[in-house]
Amino acid sequence: MLVLDPYVLWVILGSAVFGLFVGAVPGLTATMATALLVPVTFFMPPVPAIASIVTATAMAIFAGDIPSCFLRMPGTPASAAYTDEAYAMTKKGQGEVALGAGLVFSVIGGLFGTAVLIAAAPALAEVALKFSSFEYFWLVVLGLSSAVFLALGNPLKGVVSLLIGLLVSAVGLDNPAGHPRFTFGNAELAGGLTLIPIMIGMFAVSEIIRGIAAIEQPWQMAQARIGNVFKGMWELTKKYPVQTLRGSVLGTAIGALPGAGADIAAWMSYAISKRFSKERHLFGKGHVEGIIEAGASNNSALAGAWIPALVFGIPGDSITAIVIGVLYIKGLNPGPMVFLEKAPEMYAIFLVFILANLLMIPLGVAAIKGAKQMLRAPRELLLPVILLFCIVGSFAINNSGFGVLLMLVFGLVGYLMEENGFPVAPAILGMVLGAMLEENFISSMIKADGRLLGFFERPIAGGLGILALAVVAIPLLRRFFRSAA
Amino acid sequence: MPGQKFGPAWFPGLIAIGLMVCGACLIFTAKDQRLFVVPAWLSRPRPLLAVLSVLLGLLFYVLAADTLGFYLTGLLLLTLWTRLLGASWRLALPVAAIATVVIHLSFYKLLRIPLPWGILERFAF
Repeated sequence: MLVLDPYVLWVILGSAVFGLFVGAVPGLTATMATALLVPVTFFMPPVPAIASIVTATAMAIFAGDIPSCFLRMPGTPASAAYTDEAYAMTKKGQGEVALGAGLVFSVIGGLFGTAVLIAAAPALAEVALKFSSFEYFWLVVLGLSSAVFLALGNPLKGVVSLLIGLLVSAVGLDNPAGHPRFTFGNAELAGGLTLIPIMIGMFAVSEIIRGIAAIEQPWQMAQARIGNVFKGMWELTKKYPVQTLRGSVLGTAIGALPGAGADIAAWMSYAISKRFSKERHLFGKGHVEGIIEAGASNNSALAGAWIPALVFGIPGDSITAIVIGVLYIKGLNPGPMVFLEKAPEMYAIFLVFILANLLMIPLGVAAIKGAKQMLRAPRELLLPVILLFCIVGSFAINNSGFGVLLMLVFGLVGYLMEENGFPVAPAILGMVLGAMLEENFISSMIKADGRLLGFFERPIAGGLGILALAVVAIPLLRRFFRSAA
Repeated sequence: MPGQKFGPAWFPGLIAIGLMVCGACLIFTAKDQRLFVVPAWLSRPRPLLAVLSVLLGLLFYVLAADTLGFYLTGLLLLTLWTRLLGASWRLALPVAAIATVVIHLSFYKLLRIPLPWGILERFAF
């Protein structure tokens, strides 16, 4: 009943629109949406305060799919995993299927994650806490090996792209030794190369360069009309139940792990979808299966991230890191007791999760239709305006012009890479996971006193380790034996 | 690093080895391909000018935005780009003006991002 208050409902609507805007603009992330909402929540009672953040982030994660699908410019890093796939579908005239699937299965994934949150939060949190640096290391290796599967075309070039991404993540002071690397004495470089401007550069600017270089060709902006966004969704649900479930489960699990959030969940789910698909050859040419699984995954990861946050006050991702602060301010101190002492507020929050996910449907449809209308604008007006948006988005993350410089440089790099057959997506994944990989490896090495076998001693680590090695080795061995036969 | 087997150079070193191995493999597998393919648009004046204007425009923003301020730089760049891509003056100027204002208001007022004012500092709100 706390939720059905008109004030709370208006707050939910307002933050949904806000989250939509922030998610849809390349360069503004769901985490930024949360950070921007915090000062606003100071003036609100606990339930609308948390409700605003929950709704805004759920919308933002979906909204990132819209420019990613229509323009090949991911609105949030979580959408970068399946940008190429969605864009390929738009070029085939199936953009509405891609976005409709993204919307519907995001909602399903979000609802699944919420259900798990409501039912099993304390139990899952216990397991999540058993993860130490060894387990995280193997998890990151699993995530990175997704890049080998994600690479469309030459897997060797995919690995090169991944290595470039890892190299970029190595720049700066932020490493286990605290030793400045590749900084050349420059203060800006010492802070490291931020992901968002690079992502905008490699996806958006390189695409703009491509669009502008083709200025003398006619503008083939995909299909003429948007059909019913929900057409065929029921058939898709019946056709891909396994993918939906798998994506939701993996997303919730990864979200529940502290520090791993929607971005990583989306990448891994997309790779798993491709790996176990019966229609693997269709991936990359515009196939909806990967979008279904990854879309469900990144929204369920959002809900999963609240599990350690509510039960232990340990953030499941960067969004919940901010939210925990808000929880404390509002007197909803995270911990097992909060479910007993503040039960009405907790149930209200759960209800808001469900409401937010359901609200995504009408708002998402409106957003898709609106975005499509905007794309009717002529290219010579649209591309420069988008470019200005990209400039501001790159500036906004650190309030520094260096971000715009990064965007420029990596825009060029991304363009050159793709023209020569090197996929850009693995580079972004490398940048997301590089720091985690190194940090967990070094900590684990220090803990294990330099013995590599220590990586397999803990049971979960051992299991994950063998899985990771198998995932990398089996395709290689198969290819080797097949060519030898 | 004293006392540790794996210092800060380990990670980049491993990446470097990986890049070298992959580079060697790429060279071997692609020995019968052209070394460098020049894209077709480089030879035509209009696309070439347009792409150069994008790159130089971005560089101009990085260098000049703090002194000139967002409004002026944005207006300048948008007009330049839209004109170069073929829009008429009738379309380019209003669109550039409106877009700059809308972007500035939504990011500055709504999202509180401190876009530079530059020489227009006196009119700052």
